[in-house]
Amino acid sequence: MPTSRSIYNKRRRPMDVAAHILIYLSAFVSILLLAGIVGYVAYRGSTAVSLQFLTTVPSMIRGTFGIAGNIVNTLYMIVLTLLIAVPFGVGAAIYLNEYARPGRFVRLIEFTTETLAGLPSITFGLFGYVFFGITFKLGYSILTGALTLSLMVLPLITRNTQEALKTVPAGYRNGALGIGATKWYMIRTILLPSAIPGIITGIILAIGRIVGESAALLFTAGSGFLLPKLGQYGEGLLQKVMQPGGTLTIQLFLSMENAQYEEAFGIALVLLVIIFCINRLTKYLSKKFDVSKY
Amino acid sequence: MNKGSYSIFEGYHAKKTVEKIAAMSFTFCAFIAVLAVFSITVYMLISGTPAIFEVGMKDILFGTVWMPNAAEPKFGILYVILTSIVGTMLAILIGVPIGLLTAVFLAETAPKPLAKLVRPAVELLAGIPSVIYGLLGILILNPVIYKLEIAVYRNSPKHQFTGGSNLISAVLVLAIMILPTVINISETALRSVPAQYKQAALALGATHIQTIFKVLLPSAKSGIMTAIILGVGRAIGEAMAISLVAGNSANQPLPFHSVRFLTTAVVSEMSYAADTHKRVLFTIGMVLFAFIMLINLLLSKVMKGEKRDANIKKHL
Repeated sequence: MPTSRSIYNKRRRPMDVAAHILIYLSAFVSILLLAGIVGYVAYRGSTAVSLQFLTTVPSMIRGTFGIAGNIVNTLYMIVLTLLIAVPFGVGAAIYLNEYARPGRFVRLIEFTTETLAGLPSITFGLFGYVFFGITFKLGYSILTGALTLSLMVLPLITRNTQEALKTVPAGYRNGALGIGATKWYMIRTILLPSAIPGIITGIILAIGRIVGESAALLFTAGSGFLLPKLGQYGEGLLQKVMQPGGTLTIQLFLSMENAQYEEAFGIALVLLVIIFCINRLTKYLSKKFDVSKY
Repeated sequence: MNKGSYSIFEGYHAKKTVEKIAAMSFTFCAFIAVLAVFSITVYMLISGTPAIFEVGMKDILFGTVWMPNAAEPKFGILYVILTSIVGTMLAILIGVPIGLLTAVFLAETAPKPLAKLVRPAVELLAGIPSVIYGLLGILILNPVIYKLEIAVYRNSPKHQFTGGSNLISAVLVLAIMILPTVINISETALRSVPAQYKQAALALGATHIQTIFKVLLPSAKSGIMTAIILGVGRAIGEAMAISLVAGNSANQPLPFHSVRFLTTAVVSEMSYAADTHKRVLFTIGMVLFAFIMLINLLLSKVMKGEKRDANIKKHL
């Protein structure tokens, strides 16, 4: 038997060595790039972030810059979008998982949900501008932006809720129906409470998406940066919803366009910190509520 | 029966009505997605087609001169369309091999502690807002590309210098942006290849590299195709990140030309456009929408293949 065929005689194949090198090189490039991005933003942003930066609005008189208004706008956007998207998303997931029978209708729903998930944000931006801004006459406002964003995060919430509902054991459902509960009662008291962890994961992922969105908001929510007035009974807080409001990402884009790079990096650092916290929170919650561990 | 107990026989009609209302509400919720896609399609068509009739389909789609503010405005978006196609393809050509090999690294050849550190980092990076990539592009990438441009075109007087904002910068930014997506999905696809494939290949005497390239990667093909198509979708739809690094003229998509993508054209001009100009911008949005729908259809065909493969693998 020729010894070169023996698997104990390992010969070095040049292709293998080359492939190994390429793999390590690619990984090195990727890791370097991605680490460099975070590092550079942190480095340049740390000089801009200060208490004044975080808690004031831009003032022409004093010549200062602050992103408090943008932070408040982002919070408004998150809350409003979730208020719209979560009921519809959870409802859709319940329908798909509990009520639907396999057929053309269900396939249509799943296809359109997947399509919504794949549309680029600028398409949503254009649609929101024309549909909510012009046809519904909402103009540039946080409400327009929230309606547009809720369409974007709808697939996310539906998908996560579906996954959560699937993990509820069939025994729960059958047991409840077997002792005489009606379907809606069963969903309300047994399914939804068990599925809450998955729903919360979906909500947090949606928050991450909302915070990072910019193209969809440029033509819908505008770029206002003032804090809401409180009014007599706090109704100023509600009025804010109908006014234009620039979120953190929009302000970042505008600062970039005006070549105010110092401030832009400050906003970028704040955004990175928020995204990091959301990511950690998601990981922690999904580990904590991991049903499969029992 | 006490007042507080729940009888399964009492209140039948009330319960039936509540049930019916609940079922109808849930059906309506599910239908919202269908309504949304339908409305988006309709509105894209409504806003996009008037300009086609005003300016003429051949002039818009196949014209090459974009001068909306001239005395005789011209709205040719052929170069813009070509730029989006060429730019996306180049970004894929650069980003996918690096992303795929990195996924191979994470799934196969990395030492476990390193992989444990890097994987969450890549997942985190998939969530970074796109404007941050644009910020870094304009501050770090543009000067470098400008130096390159000066070096390449030093002796050519005809070349219009772009200051670093050109197709190359945009393509590089896009390639970096799709890296996390490609890495994450490809790695998941590689890890879901049944262990028997790898064990069989190694048992037959193949080296690790041979196993990876001849057994694992082909088995994960549909997952990798999904990653690529999602990367394409992300690249072709990206607007904010490249709007400041791509330059602002509708030129041919050559490396050192200041170019415009379908997306950046819309973003940069929407704020001050009027009348016909604005309507043409909506036409651009419609063309983009058509591209995305095509890509999505392609994706659903590939996913069907993946379901078929997954079903086959389950029987092994």
